[in-house]
Amino acid sequence: MATVALSSIAKSFGSTKVLGGVDLEIAEGEFLTLVGPSGCGKSTLIRIIAGLEHQDGGSVAIGGNRVDHLRPHERRVAMVFQSYALYPHMSVRANMALPLTMSRLKLWQRLPLLKLLSGQRREVMRGIGADVDAVAAQLQLDHLLDRKPSQLSGGQRQRVALGRAMVRSPDVFLMDEPLSNLDAKLRVHMRTELAELHKRLGATFVYVTHDQVEAMTMSDRVAMMDSGAILQLGTPSQLYEKPASLKVAQFIGSPAINLLPATVAAGGRLEFFGRPMALAVPAAQGQTVTLGIRSEALSLAHGETGRASFSARLRRKENLGSEYILHFDLAGHTQGVTMRATPATAAGVNESAEVMLGFDETAAHVFGADGDRIEPRGQAGAIGSVVPLRAGA
Amino acid sequence: MAELALPAAVSVTPVHSVLRRFLSLILVHGVLIAGAIFMLAPFVWMLVTSIKPPSEIFSAEISLWPKQFYGIENFSFAMEKAPLLRFALNGVIICTGILMVQLLVAIPCAYALAKLNFPGRNALFVLVLLGLCIPVQVPAMPLYIALAHLGLLNTYFSMMVPFFLSVFAIFLFRQFFRSFPDDIINAARLDGMSEFEIVWRIVTPSAWPAIAAFSVFSTVAHWNDLYWPLIVISDAKLAPPPLGMMFFADAETGSNYGALTAAATILTAPLVIAFLVARRRFIDGITMTGVK
Repeated sequence: MATVALSSIAKSFGSTKVLGGVDLEIAEGEFLTLVGPSGCGKSTLIRIIAGLEHQDGGSVAIGGNRVDHLRPHERRVAMVFQSYALYPHMSVRANMALPLTMSRLKLWQRLPLLKLLSGQRREVMRGIGADVDAVAAQLQLDHLLDRKPSQLSGGQRQRVALGRAMVRSPDVFLMDEPLSNLDAKLRVHMRTELAELHKRLGATFVYVTHDQVEAMTMSDRVAMMDSGAILQLGTPSQLYEKPASLKVAQFIGSPAINLLPATVAAGGRLEFFGRPMALAVPAAQGQTVTLGIRSEALSLAHGETGRASFSARLRRKENLGSEYILHFDLAGHTQGVTMRATPATAAGVNESAEVMLGFDETAAHVFGADGDRIEPRGQAGAIGSVVPLRAGA
Repeated sequence: MAELALPAAVSVTPVHSVLRRFLSLILVHGVLIAGAIFMLAPFVWMLVTSIKPPSEIFSAEISLWPKQFYGIENFSFAMEKAPLLRFALNGVIICTGILMVQLLVAIPCAYALAKLNFPGRNALFVLVLLGLCIPVQVPAMPLYIALAHLGLLNTYFSMMVPFFLSVFAIFLFRQFFRSFPDDIINAARLDGMSEFEIVWRIVTPSAWPAIAAFSVFSTVAHWNDLYWPLIVISDAKLAPPPLGMMFFADAETGSNYGALTAAATILTAPLVIAFLVARRRFIDGITMTGVK
């Protein structure tokens, strides 16, 4: 268990700036996920924590001590790679024992022939064997220990990679998209397993993914990254319920958030499809803002008050079993909207039918022309507290 | 070539396409067989001559089998008159020595050129490629003078030293290592391995096909090398196979072609057998590194 503290980490590859001064504090035993589209710098950041890549500026501290000068294995971190990175010519047992033989045996005790001279070697190897067996039992790998990686399925390889990380009992686990190569069903299963493993080990986890579902389901906190900067850092529900910017709102949540334009009228009042709303924002008159409405916030409108409404035409129904996702086209807009609906509601709407959709105005997120969140007047701080970060921007 | 002919045949009638396929197969195999005959003929001729009596060797007619089997006489004469096993042993010592040092040097070099980032890496690689263009005859003179000054002429070492650094090996292994996954190397670094341990314990075990392929190239080249041993060796006891053959031919057996070819057969056999054993790996190594 250890804290991880990054301060103004910067990194460029040639003339391409990958990270622009990232600050991040990860608490002891926390499960923190770095999420973002590919090329946002999240993998580079985790490799800098591991020491596999050297930052151009800033510093990394693990457990309160600066580790910038330490080589990867001296940082007491373990890493699980997307490709699992198992040693192809070694058995599962040898793969898992390797980190321990490296740390517990001296160089000469590992050399061919010379190692036969060492009296303690046998005893150390017995201890390593016992540790490997213990971890293998935890991960249900006991029966696979003598196989080569090429004889294992993707899920089993994933487990061996985890086991190899666990035998060292590191302070920090670094995971670089570990579930990306698994099939959908196994991925859902491994999500639960990883979350439980984190609880059991109590170690600090730093997890990199481009899949927002993984980020939402497993993490204590999520750092959403884009273009080498952290856009927002918070709990999964904070990111979902109070996205700090348009990019965060678009990335988090599935189906993607609905975005509709509104204009600012006199007194900051918003005008939506030509009708005035109760919502008012601190923005100049005449400005165009974007309303973000989650698909579950939309419903069929029946002319209630306090709710904004607009007309839409049903394009397609998607049946998910327990619920439907309805896709609507809007007249005069290229982008449609999606709405979650119960099977009963969905049955009441016919394809190509024109209906009125409405939403609770307080559930709408307002984003300014620059993409930043605008808090409507008299509503600030309603849901939790948010830490919007615009580092390096 | 057979595969190349196929797409064109798709649009025509089935009978036609079968015929075309058949013809292209004949053509391809005809060319290959012609090439094989061209390369195998000297070998076959050597084997046939080695079991012919002198009278038949010089007869005007060409025959692939002697009327009188004279093999035992030829082979025993060759074995008696020349220390053929000594030549073969010299060949083994030289080839093994050269190959060991070549691998010890080339594998770490190739790893550094393929996987480590350091300033001037590309320039170094260009130098390696340029090194491929320099024939051994160019540095022969300075090497000879240096060895003479050091008093090392007429030693095994003098025969091996110019070949210890093989740019071809560096190039071949570099191509092979480039396809080795970076993640595995990074995992090894996190597990606490030094770069040298990564080279020998992680990367090299995956490179066996390339090592086998290079071993064949290297062994064939140095087993058959006459040029350099001729320059630095005058003691027949140290002679590798081709030089030994030359000493053997110079002496009393100059015109005894039956015995000469028998000796040549004995000295080529180890190579042919070694290649047949390593054939599969040799082909894997060549195809996997993309060097042809």
